[in-house]
Parts: sequence; structure tokens; C-alpha cells
Amino acid sequence: MTWSEMQPLLEQGTVDTLYMVLWATLVTILGGLPLGILLVLTDKGGLLQNTVVNKVVGVVVNIGRSLPFIILLIALIPFTTFVVGTFIGPTAMIVPLAIGAIPFFARLVETAVREVDHGLVEAVQSMGGSVPTIIRKVLLPQALPSLVSGVTTTVIVLIGYSAMAGAVGGEGLGSKAITYGYQRFDTQFMLVTVVVLIGIVTVVQLIGDLAVRLLARRGRTA
Amino acid sequence: MITTSGLTKVYESRGRQVTALDGVDLHVREGEVYGVIGQSGAGKSSLIRCVNLLERPTSGTVTVDGVDLTALAGNGRRAGKDLRRARSSIGMVFQHFNLLSSRTVKDNIELPLEILGVSGAERSRRALELLDLVGLADKAKAYPGQLSGGQKQRVGIARALAGEPKVLLSDEATSALDPETTRSILQLLRDLNRQLGLTVLLITHEMDVVKTICDSAALMQKGRIVESGTVGELLATPGSQLAAELFPVSGAPTGPDRTVLDVTFHGEAATQPVISQLSRTYNIDISILGAAMDTVGGKQIGRMRIELPGRYEENVVPVGFLREQGLQVDVVDEETASDAAPVLVKEGAK
Repeated sequence: MTWSEMQPLLEQGTVDTLYMVLWATLVTILGGLPLGILLVLTDKGGLLQNTVVNKVVGVVVNIGRSLPFIILLIALIPFTTFVVGTFIGPTAMIVPLAIGAIPFFARLVETAVREVDHGLVEAVQSMGGSVPTIIRKVLLPQALPSLVSGVTTTVIVLIGYSAMAGAVGGEGLGSKAITYGYQRFDTQFMLVTVVVLIGIVTVVQLIGDLAVRLLARRGRTA
Repeated sequence: MITTSGLTKVYESRGRQVTALDGVDLHVREGEVYGVIGQSGAGKSSLIRCVNLLERPTSGTVTVDGVDLTALAGNGRRAGKDLRRARSSIGMVFQHFNLLSSRTVKDNIELPLEILGVSGAERSRRALELLDLVGLADKAKAYPGQLSGGQKQRVGIARALAGEPKVLLSDEATSALDPETTRSILQLLRDLNRQLGLTVLLITHEMDVVKTICDSAALMQKGRIVESGTVGELLATPGSQLAAELFPVSGAPTGPDRTVLDVTFHGEAATQPVISQLSRTYNIDISILGAAMDTVGGKQIGRMRIELPGRYEENVVPVGFLREQGLQVDVVDEETASDAAPVLVKEGAK
């Protein structure tokens, strides 16, 4: 394959990958953030201590995390079809990607929120702050640097998942690598695809690190 | 202003019960600075946390400004609306300041006002006013990470005052600070107490804190209050450990056939040069062996150890004179005179 043949494939692949990952990240944050906070709040000694809810959510999250993504992808085909109308194409892939990443991100959120100094929670309680106030004004802002770093990690995991999604009718760089690189034995194309993926991951990590550094700097020195 | 009665807190950990508070009755009058002192693990922290119900007492009641908080508590761990409103009129400062590192100093002070639903412009005005009050007018835009410990605690105090509370709870507010900063923070608390009529309940393991600013004090041991009262009342109590620690006197007689007296000034009598009157009236030489005195509002508070020539039998009349002046006089045996004051509170909470 010549470079001019590769170029449109790579461009289309990159656009599809970014499209899938971006939307899946958004859905993951919307789903994982409340779950992670719920895990902390309902834990023993938490503000909304509730052993039953905590155990149930914990087990669901663990099951979600243990399932190999490729299995999840196939198992979710009926659900994806129900939601999107089809299980093929980048839009359809957003569903399994998000469902696969939500438990992962929820655990990252849990760790980040748990690290917030309990003294701060106590201080806001002493001011008469309610639980929603504590979440909004203490837990989320104080955990923000860790949360952003968790999002970065999640985006990178999603890029990896999205490549796998190529095997089950998804689009994107992964699908291109499988179709052209693997099935047609085009090692050169395969290598180029991998390099593009490495580039995307590196850029995401750099942006994430920069954001974390900017956020963390507020708290420390001038 | 603050009354607790029969306050008990029992923690359960791994099936074992630990009694942190064992029937605490505390009474803090309006406008006073009340210090609770005790060693680590005496139950001070549990006590102050029970006052605004950050900890739910196992039994007993807490009344602040006429409101029975324990009745507002309701069931479950979540604080209901009424309790939250009551809490917003009780300020609290913490040993480790507990400022939000993600907010500027000014935004930290605005936080309680946000919770109270005060509008933005009003919040800003009040925050700047409070910063001025605690002497940090130039630090509004700084982040807590850029401040020294003393400055952080000033922000903590400003934040605690934002909701215009009548009561301020201080949980070891100076324990993480160096001695000089401690003094300036205590001075600030004293000023606020006087200017705003703020009632302050503080817990500490440092006797100096009580000495510097407290009108009343209580000694806590093993979850119980073993002594309490105004500084004057404590002094008037024979054998009071707190009085002995607040006003330690020592000193051995300079020779045989001397009478050593501990004279306690309760602050009831206005300042009179009693010792020199005694000396002139009876024409005797008096040595002062040791003294811990303070003059507060023109009244003398404290204790003094003096020595009169001759044995006690020869000094009955001068001792009678001192008692007539409204002073408490204790005769010190030679053996006890040389003993050092007992160590009541050891250093080292955290």
C-alpha cells in the first residue's frame, strides 16, 4: 500500500476513533462519577452509610471490571441494537465502550474522593452544609486534580477498547488495522496505525498531565 | 449559653466499647471564654464535637443558645435541616485549619455564606470585612497553601465568624502553631470575645492557653469533668489541681524557725498593698519565696508564697490580719514546701 492509499484510511480511522472515544468518555464520566461518589458516601463511616447499597454497587462494579471487554462487546449487542438501532458503526460502539469504562472510572473516582481530607468535610458540616453541598463544594473541587488524572487514564483505556471494537463491526483505527494490516498481511500499514495510536495516546497523556499540574498548582505555591 | 447535661459518648470498635464521655455536665456562660483542658484521650475532642453534634452523643443533651440540639438531631446519620441551621450559628475552628486548598482565602470565608444563601455581592463585602478584622486584608486572593500556619488559622477564624455566630468552638486551634503565633491567635480570640461578645468554648492540652485567655476552665480526665469553675472559683477551691497548675508557687524556707504561707488572691478584694501593710502594721520582715500573680480589671488573682520570721505560733496575729483582708491563707509544711508542683497535664497531644 502506498502512502497516498494509506492516508485517507488513517484519516477516517482517526476521526472515527476520536469520535467514539470522545462520546464514550462523556457518557463514562456521567455514569462513573455518581457511582464512584456513591461508593464513598455509602461506605462504612461515610456520610450516607448504607451497607446494602455499597455492597450491591461494589459487586456490580467488580463484575463490570472483571468481564473481558471483547466478551462485553458481544454480550451487549442486543442492548446496543435496542439503544442505537444498530450494533455496527462508530455510534453503536459508544454504548459498549461507555459501559465497559464506567466501572473502571467509578473505582478511580472512588479513590480520588476518598483521599479528600475528612477534616474539610467536618468543617463544612460544622457550617451547616448538607450532603449535596459537601459533594459540590468540598469533595469534587478538592478531588479535581485526581479526577482529571483519572479521566486521562480512562480516555487511554477507551482508545485501547476502541481498537478492540474494530473486531466486532466498529470503525476507527483498530478496525482499519485489522482489516488492512492483519487480514491483508500489510505489516507496514499495521505499523503506521500503531504509530498513530501511540501519537494519540501521548497527546492525551500530555494534555491530562498539564491540566493536573495547573489545577494542583493553585493549592501549593504562587 | 452552652449547657450539656449527662453527656455520654460510647464508641464501639470490634465489639469493644470505649467510653469517651462519661456523664459530662458543662455550663458555659454567655460572653465568657471557657477552656477545657486534659491529656490526649481524655475525651476533649469528643466533647467539643458533641456540642455541635458532629458526633452524636450516646445519651444526654446539648443546649446552645436555648436550643436543644439533641432534640433537633432526628434519626439516622444525616443532619436534618433544623440541625444544619443551628450549626450555622455555631462557628468552629480546627487544629489543622481545614481550609479548602482549591479556593482562595476570600472564597474560603465566603463558603459558610454560600451555604446560608447570602447573595454574591453581600458575601464579598462580608468576607473582606472579616479579613480586615483578622488582619489579613491583603491576602484575599491568596491560596491557603501560600499562607503560614498563623495566617491559616486567622482565615479559619474569619470563616468561623462569617455566619455571625454567638458561639465559637475551638478544637485545639493553637496546637499546631509555634508559641509566638499561639499568643497572637489567642489575643485575636480574646479581642473577638470582647468586641463581639462572642462566647468561646475551647479545648486544649496546653495550660498556657487557659492561663492566657480563659475566664473559666474545666479539667477533663477519662471522659469526666473533674474540676470546673471560673479562675477565681478554682483558686478558692482548696486542693484544686487546676489552680495549682494555673498559679504554681514553690520555694523552700530560707532557714529554720520560719513560717511559710501560701496566700491566695481570689480577685474579690480590690488591689491593696497587703504585704507591705502587713509588714508595717506588725513590723516584721517578709520574704516572697514565689508568686504567680495577675491583675485583671484592677483585681489581683493568683497565689504567693511568703515567709515570716518565727514559728507559726508566733505568727497567729499576722495570719489573722491576712485572712481579714479576704485572702485565703494556707500554712505550708516544711516537707511539702520543697516538693515541686505536681505535673497535671503533660505535653504531647499529637
